[in-house]
Amino acid sequence: MNLALRDIRHSLGRFVLTCLGLSLLLGLVLSMIGIYRGLVEEALSLSRTPRADLWVVEAGKRGPFAESSRIPGDTREVIASLSRVAAAGSLTYQSVEALHSGRKLRLYVVGYEPGRPGGPENVFAGHIMTRSHYEMLADAKSGLVLGEQVRLGRNVFTVVGLTRNQVSSGGDPVVYLTLQDAQRLQFELEPPVARREAERGAPPANTDVVNAVVARVAPGIAPGQVVEAVGRWKHLTALSQSAQEDVLTKSVVDKSRRQIGLFTVILLAVSAVIISLILYTMTMDKVREIATLKLIGAPDSTIIGLIIQEAIAMAVIGFSLGTLLINLAKDHFPRRVILLPEDGLALALVVLLLCVLASGMGVRLALKIEPAVALGG
Amino acid sequence: MTGSISASPLVDIRDLSKSFGQGDARVDALRQINLQVYAGQVVGLLGPSGSGKSTLLNVIGCILDPSSGHMELDGQVVYDGGWRQKDLRRLRLDRIGFIFQFHNLLPFLNALENVAVVLEIAGASAEAARQRALELLQYLQVGHRCETMPSRLSGGEAQRVAIARALANHPRIILADEPTAALDSERAGVVMDLLRKVAAEQGAAVLVVTHDEKIFDRFDQMFYLRDGMLADMDGPHTKPNGLAQQH
Repeated sequence: MNLALRDIRHSLGRFVLTCLGLSLLLGLVLSMIGIYRGLVEEALSLSRTPRADLWVVEAGKRGPFAESSRIPGDTREVIASLSRVAAAGSLTYQSVEALHSGRKLRLYVVGYEPGRPGGPENVFAGHIMTRSHYEMLADAKSGLVLGEQVRLGRNVFTVVGLTRNQVSSGGDPVVYLTLQDAQRLQFELEPPVARREAERGAPPANTDVVNAVVARVAPGIAPGQVVEAVGRWKHLTALSQSAQEDVLTKSVVDKSRRQIGLFTVILLAVSAVIISLILYTMTMDKVREIATLKLIGAPDSTIIGLIIQEAIAMAVIGFSLGTLLINLAKDHFPRRVILLPEDGLALALVVLLLCVLASGMGVRLALKIEPAVALGG
Repeated sequence: MTGSISASPLVDIRDLSKSFGQGDARVDALRQINLQVYAGQVVGLLGPSGSGKSTLLNVIGCILDPSSGHMELDGQVVYDGGWRQKDLRRLRLDRIGFIFQFHNLLPFLNALENVAVVLEIAGASAEAARQRALELLQYLQVGHRCETMPSRLSGGEAQRVAIARALANHPRIILADEPTAALDSERAGVVMDLLRKVAAEQGAAVLVVTHDEKIFDRFDQMFYLRDGMLADMDGPHTKPNGLAQQH
């Protein structure tokens, strides 16, 4: 006879409510892990989109994401001319804030050369840019739709394609413009400023500047060889793709990543305390029944089994409900929440272990209960 | 009134004492107790609060070790130094049935399961346990309530289920702690008649701790406990079969 099952059935409402509370807590833990994964994934997605083997930036800088980098627009030709490089593309990056349809729109603008490495290879709606000016690809998270027109700087751009999961490390949705449009947006001076500069005798602003050049190496060539070759030029620095990803995760989002990681650990510790208290209270509520079982001769294993089986049931139901809950809610989070099966499995094992360990308090209490308690003594 | 009474007692206590604390704080809860209860006999144990009734019940129920003295249950010497908690539990499971003031049925098991659980703990198969539990409930005339949860049983029904549970493993000794305190006169009488029936038909020794005067006439013998000392009570209902004279 399974006593745990019958006890649960007897106080089903209370047990379900307890499991629901636990599921919310575990859902929170799972969402934190998902947010952590999402943060890293979002940070990396921008650097992975060009599918580059190496990044060329201003000398002494660590790429367009960690530090500002400005290099001449013709750097792409120089890099492309290297025998070990198969293809290269210029890129610009900048954050903009525009007022659109009465709302503030924060966007991360990437300028690239369609047909060369740097932009998205496909879109889930619309098409890749076909004209050299005034078209844009926007991430679905921006809320923009196909055909919508957005004013950025002095020009109006039409959304011709929509991408998914393209956001900056800060969580702003990415829009892609042609390199020339992006350069003008970033480097062209406003007319009054340009006039004043002209009157001062300054040369016209040079807009043929990019933030980085990405390159793909020829088949059979190790990116490290090209990195080494570019490194010999004193005005440029080259980083491999893995070095770029390292910069992003260990510099750009490092603090956020560690903060979320620490918060997740704290949340797990809080969960452990709460689970312990729940199991302890559940045992406290059964003192008389446990004493009666002991008095009639039930062995310790029967009583320990009752407590541990209820703990396991609580862990399984709480975790399953929590997982279901977070899977239903994850798309409503402002930033990406990535739930990996291996994270879920690891958390399930941790929760199971926590519940079994936490039930130790209840078991200790149960073993201390004197059978005489059943006689009222 | 008693059915089968054997020559050797099922509960045999000689010079048993129990004290708590040491030095000036020492309390002698039981002093030089001598008590024999035979198969088929229903014995009452009376006494004011703090007289040691519960302590004596706990010692006989193998819950509390005596400080000194000799105790045999169903011919087996208990507390001779070789007993572990595990063995005492097994002894309770196999030889002793407990009946409580407030029935103490497990609230999450129905009437049938409350009886069957004792049998399953003792090693019976689920089916055999259910069968025996049902027989017992029918024997105690609560078979029709076997699927009912304890919270929905009346006081008398719950106490009968508790008696069925106490009888499940064919115990030789039944210890009852105020089994009628929560019942009215009629139901108290029914419960005591059942205990007498069980003692007579199953040859069990029944020891009842009580304050309930309305059931005094149901005992074969009554003992009075005061300040830890036991005295045999005189009266028309105390020695119905001459046992007291015999011992």
